Amino acid sequence: MAEAEVVAQGAAQPAKGAQAMERVWPVSAEEPQASPVGTPTVIVDDLHIVYKVYGAASEAEKGNAVNALLRLVKRQGRPQMKEIHAVKGVSFVARHGDAIGIIGRNGSGKSTLLRAIAGLLPPHKGAVYTDGQPSLLGVNAALMKELTGERNIVLGCYAMGMTPSEVRAQYDDIVDFSGIGEFVQFPMSTYSSGMGARLRFAIASAKTHDVLLIDEALATGDREFKRKSQERIMQMRKSAGTVFLVAHNLDVIEETCNRVIWLHKGKVKMDGDPTEVIAAYNKA
Amino acid sequence: MSQPESAVADAQAGGPATDSLADLARRHGLRRAIARPSLPSYVRQLWARRHFVLKYATSRNVSKYSDSALGQLWQLLTPLLNAGVYFLMFGVILDQQKDIPNYTAFLITGVFIFTFTQRTVTGGAKSISGNLSMIRALHFPRAALPLAYAVQELQQLAWSMGVLGIIVLLTGEEITTRWLLIPVALILQLVFNIGASLFMARIGAFARDMNQLLPFIMRTWLYASGVFFSIPARVDDLPESLGFIRYVLELNPAAAYIELMRDLLISDHSPPQWAWATAIFWAVFALVVGFWYFWRAEERYGRG
Repeated sequence: MAEAEVVAQGAAQPAKGAQAMERVWPVSAEEPQASPVGTPTVIVDDLHIVYKVYGAASEAEKGNAVNALLRLVKRQGRPQMKEIHAVKGVSFVARHGDAIGIIGRNGSGKSTLLRAIAGLLPPHKGAVYTDGQPSLLGVNAALMKELTGERNIVLGCYAMGMTPSEVRAQYDDIVDFSGIGEFVQFPMSTYSSGMGARLRFAIASAKTHDVLLIDEALATGDREFKRKSQERIMQMRKSAGTVFLVAHNLDVIEETCNRVIWLHKGKVKMDGDPTEVIAAYNKA
Repeated sequence: MSQPESAVADAQAGGPATDSLADLARRHGLRRAIARPSLPSYVRQLWARRHFVLKYATSRNVSKYSDSALGQLWQLLTPLLNAGVYFLMFGVILDQQKDIPNYTAFLITGVFIFTFTQRTVTGGAKSISGNLSMIRALHFPRAALPLAYAVQELQQLAWSMGVLGIIVLLTGEEITTRWLLIPVALILQLVFNIGASLFMARIGAFARDMNQLLPFIMRTWLYASGVFFSIPARVDDLPESLGFIRYVLELNPAAAYIELMRDLLISDHSPPQWAWATAIFWAVFALVVGFWYFWRAEERYGRG
C-alpha cells in the first residue's frame, strides 16, 4: 500500500495516461465457468478509494519548525499529507462458494481493496454491497507481544467478538493448530517469526465468517503449516461462502482459488480462471 | 434468484453499469458495508464486547510493567512514589499545611483522585489515534477502546485507593461508616471519566495535535482544582467582584470529586455544600454528551 501511486494533494485526479490503459473490466464472460453459480455475496461497483497519509513529505520540506510556521501563516495545508488514489474503478461480483485470489505487484491496491470490502475504508466513489459482515483475517493488531500466548489467544478471540464459552471451546484447538506446544506459556516476543505467524493464523481462523478476507497470512510458516492452513481455508470456504485471498505466493493462489483477479495500479487488469490469469501475470 | 448474469452482461454491453450492479445488489438484499448503527443497537454491541473491554484493559496493565524487574509491584509503587514526591514538594518545601487540617491526607487524596481523571482522559484521547491498526483490521464498536482505557485506570486506581486508605489511617483518621460511600463517589467519578474520555477520544482521533496540547490543559486543570490548596481559603482575598471565581473553581468536576473524597476520608474537612449535586450532575452530563458525541462519528474512526 505504501508504494501505491502517490498523487499530490489538490491533484487527486488519476493520471490521464492511466485512463488510456487497457481496460479489461468487465470480464464476466469468463465468470460462469470460473465459479459455481451461487447467489452473490459481495458486489463491488465502480469502487474508488482515496486516502490520506501523514508524514510522507520529501526530505527538503519536513521537520522544520520555521517551515511549519510559514505554512501556517500562508494558510497552506500540511505538505506531509498526501492523497493516495489506491483503487480506481474496480467492479466485480463474488458468489457463494467462491475463493477469489487477488494478485498484483506491490502497491497495486490489493490490501486496500480488501479493507474496502471489509467496510474498513470508505469508498471515495462507487460502492461495496455485501451480504453479512465480511471479516478481515487479521487479529495481529489486537495482540500484545509482551504477553504470553495463552493471554493472547483469549484476547484475540474476544477482539474478534467471541464469547467466553466459545473461547473455552476453541482454546485447545487453537493451541493444537498453531503447533507451538509449551511455548504458549511464554511471551510472544520470544517466538520465532514462523511461530508467531502460526499462532496468529490459528487465532484468526478460529471464528467462522460469512465472507473471509485473508491478506498474506500464509507467507510465513513451514510446509506442514502451509498445508494445514490451506485445508483450513478450504473448510472455511465450504462453510462460509466466499473467501478472498491476497498473496504473493502464486502457488498458494493457484491451489486454493477458483478465480483470480489481477490488479494493476488500482484497476482490474484481468479476472477469471486461475491458470489463465496467473499465466498472463507471469508473462507480464 | 433472478438473473445476475444478465445484469452483469447488461453492464458489459455498455449500459448504465452502476445502476445494474446496484440493482443486482438490491435484488439479493446486499447492503452497503459502511453504516453507523442506531444508538440502542450501538449500546447492545458495546455490551456484547464487555469481555473484550475487560481483557484488553487487564492485558494492557500486565504488559505495561512486563519489562521491569519489579513487574506488577509497580502498580503499588507508582502511587506511593507519587504521594512521596508531592508531599515533599508541597508539604515540606512549600509548606502549604498551615491552615489545612491533616494536610498530608488532604494533599494525597487530591493527587490520587485527580490522577484518576487525568490519566483516563489522557488515555482516552489517544485510544483511537493510537490503535488505528486495530481499528482498520477488526470490527467492533469503537467506544470499546476508550472504555477499556477507563477500566485500565480503574484497576490502577484500586491499588492507589489501598495506598491512600493506609496513608489516611496513618495520619490519625479513623474508619467511619462514611467510608461506605467511597465506592459511590468513585463510581460517579468513573462515569464522569468515561464520558470525558469518549469526548476526548473523538477530538484526539481527528485533531492529531490535541495529544501535544493535552498535557498543558491537564496541568492547568490540576492547578485550578484545589489539589494542593483549599479553594475557599485561596479565593478569600479576592475582591467582591471576582467572587464568582470561587464558584467556577468549586463547580469544576475534578474539584467536586476531590472534595467529595476528602469529605469521606478526613473528619475535619468540610466540603462545599453542593459537592454531591455537582458530582452527580457532571457524571450524568459527561456520559450522555460524551457517548452521543463519540457515537456520531463511529463510522469515520480510522479513516481519512
